[in-house]
Amino acid sequence: MAKTPKIALIGNPNAGKSSLFNSLTGLNQKTGNFPGVTMEKLTGIWELEPKRPVEILDLPGIYSIYPKSIDEELVINILADPSHPDFPDMAIVVADASNLKRNLLLFSQVRDLGIPTVLALNMIDVAENEGYVINSIKLARELNVEVAEVNAKRGIGLNGLKLAVVKTLANRFASNDALPLPIAEDLIQDVQAEFGEAEPYRSLLWLMEHDRMKMFSKQQCEKFDGIQNKHKFSAKKYQSEETVKRYEQITEVVDRCVINLNRKWDAAPVRTWTDRLDKFFLHPVGGYVFFLAILFVMFQAVFTWATYPMDLIDGGVAALNDWLKGVLPESALTALLTDGLIAGIGGVLIFIPQIAFLFLFISLLEETGYMSRVMFIMDKLMRRFGLNGKSVVPLISGVACAVPAIMSTRSIGSWKDRLITILVTPLMSCSARLPIYTVLIALVVPEKNTLFGLFNLQGVALFGLYLLGFFMALVSAWVMKVILQAKEKSYFIMELPTYKGPRFKHVALTIWNSVNAFVFEAGKIIVAISIVLWVLASYGPGDKIAQSEARVRQENPTLQGVELANKISAQKLENSYAGHFGHFVEPVIRPLGYDWKIGIALITSFAAREVFVGTMSTIYSMGGEVDDENATIKNRMRAEINPATGKPMYDAALGFSLLIFYAFAMQCMSTLATTYRETKSWKYPLIQFGYMTALAYLSAFAVYQLLS
Amino acid sequence: MANLADLKIGEKGEIVGFTDELLSLKLLEMGCLPGTEVILTHLAPFGDPIAIRVSGSYTLSMRREEAETMLIKRT
Repeated sequence: MAKTPKIALIGNPNAGKSSLFNSLTGLNQKTGNFPGVTMEKLTGIWELEPKRPVEILDLPGIYSIYPKSIDEELVINILADPSHPDFPDMAIVVADASNLKRNLLLFSQVRDLGIPTVLALNMIDVAENEGYVINSIKLARELNVEVAEVNAKRGIGLNGLKLAVVKTLANRFASNDALPLPIAEDLIQDVQAEFGEAEPYRSLLWLMEHDRMKMFSKQQCEKFDGIQNKHKFSAKKYQSEETVKRYEQITEVVDRCVINLNRKWDAAPVRTWTDRLDKFFLHPVGGYVFFLAILFVMFQAVFTWATYPMDLIDGGVAALNDWLKGVLPESALTALLTDGLIAGIGGVLIFIPQIAFLFLFISLLEETGYMSRVMFIMDKLMRRFGLNGKSVVPLISGVACAVPAIMSTRSIGSWKDRLITILVTPLMSCSARLPIYTVLIALVVPEKNTLFGLFNLQGVALFGLYLLGFFMALVSAWVMKVILQAKEKSYFIMELPTYKGPRFKHVALTIWNSVNAFVFEAGKIIVAISIVLWVLASYGPGDKIAQSEARVRQENPTLQGVELANKISAQKLENSYAGHFGHFVEPVIRPLGYDWKIGIALITSFAAREVFVGTMSTIYSMGGEVDDENATIKNRMRAEINPATGKPMYDAALGFSLLIFYAFAMQCMSTLATTYRETKSWKYPLIQFGYMTALAYLSAFAVYQLLS
Repeated sequence: MANLADLKIGEKGEIVGFTDELLSLKLLEMGCLPGTEVILTHLAPFGDPIAIRVSGSYTLSMRREEAETMLIKRT
């Protein structure tokens, strides 16, 4: 059987590439990683003809083949390297017809690389509304490629696109042998003598961008440099001149193929919806007020709306556990299943409503085009702290999860801005901190309505913690800016796309993918740690555990019933391996107000902070007999008594100290691994871990000492 | 000679040239060619960054210091 052909989707940002990808592949999508880089790779199967599937590869949006940032680098590494595993058999360039000239620049570059190319004209309706009529048959003849008119969002014109693709795959593609801009002939010959025959434009691209391409070794790069020096060739100058030249050619073609019905001299510009909305969203005062209001609604929603499904999940898991304990024979295996495994799974499931809400908001902001307005109004502010308007997206995404947030810093062109953004993003309170916040806030903040009953006091406390994380991220960024002192130029040239209604399918897919990734990837770790922890808490060195019961009875001959049972299990936990670990770290965390039980939770949550709640439920479910009303972790912690004072253990001082600790501490292996991958050095994850841990410890210490 | 940062909201200009080689490539690729008409449409709070409409069809944002590298002729 013939190999499945690979087709790459290429286009400017906002040209409708993702919409076309979704229309072509529907649910036949697969996310993976490009080899060697952590960037998400989206592929899907498109049924070209019955029993003739092709593989569609969605590439990041770019304006030109010459990369300016890391995510753009990926595209050239695939398109200019025929030995790359993702090198496509052909390309579909998606062009926004209402912005044809700029979109054709990229098209002409891809075509000149010798990759068979089809042009998909999208958003023709928008162009027509603006008075442009495009003769796509003539355009196809002029450009010498197949052209298909599509409406990517509504999935119209896909049959025409199929036909164009089938024709292009069947025919030999006539590549363009002439370079866009003439060049000394022996320059290309020198490159080809060294690196083999190729399309002249591809050889030239290798010469100009070799240092960004992974296919070339260091020695090869030196050879390229040698050729450049020999011919006194300046890549940047050539690229500028080439771009102007291409635009000249494109303008000639477009003038022949497009009629502008509006070309009345100085016709009053049409005031579009986008203009009207921008008057408000970009307003010096109103813009900020609106942005803050959106954030506030987002957190109120996450805290109040999400609690209903969360309570259901929490109660459901507790009920299931009680029921299982009732029907199954009492044994170590039953305890492992209920207190270890199911309690661990419950700790994962309870995140789902909050993660879903967060991703709902974030993807809505991205989809509508509002996110780039946020970058616009925030840039000046962020720059004062050594960040960049584009840092806003990682920081906001960091509220969901630092891992994709750090990956999204790739669009930031300046290395210094990007590094600082990576280092401070984990200070944003991610969704894994939410359950910790939820449990602890419920313990120390009264559930009251405030401000004329409009806001829930617990919701306000939660919002405060998020603000605190954001504030600390800014302060840390500022300190790093002062320390790093690099004079590298950062730039902020970007398009402000028109506002669009969200594609709900897209939003739903985003939510589904994130929840899925969380449940199965984070879930595995959480469940594994819960089980390990249960074992560590049930067994101990020597026979101290076995003797616990006898010892307690001997020391407290008058105790009876529940109190006796509690004392025995507490004694058992203290003598277990986990108890020993807890006692080992207790001297260090004592000044923060923590005891050895919290010490166990701190140790386990250094791998992943979401483990905290699960650990607490495992530890406290061993702390004594639990009746039905006391089944949830919140109530168990509330019932905990401080042995020293006889008052509730979780008072305001301890509660806030723990909250601050978890707000600032770097407790996530996945984030550290991502920082390592993105910075290609162990130095930065170590710095990140060090400064955040110090910050957490000192702040928690201060809070506890002030409040107690 | 005037540069893009000299414009006030609603004012128009025609691109004449660039003073920074690296930025010029980025701007050219995004459609800011010599001869193109630009209008200053928005200023962010504190007057920076700015947003311009390029040849009447799309909006670009850039920082003031970047706008200063784009030379224009008022129209």
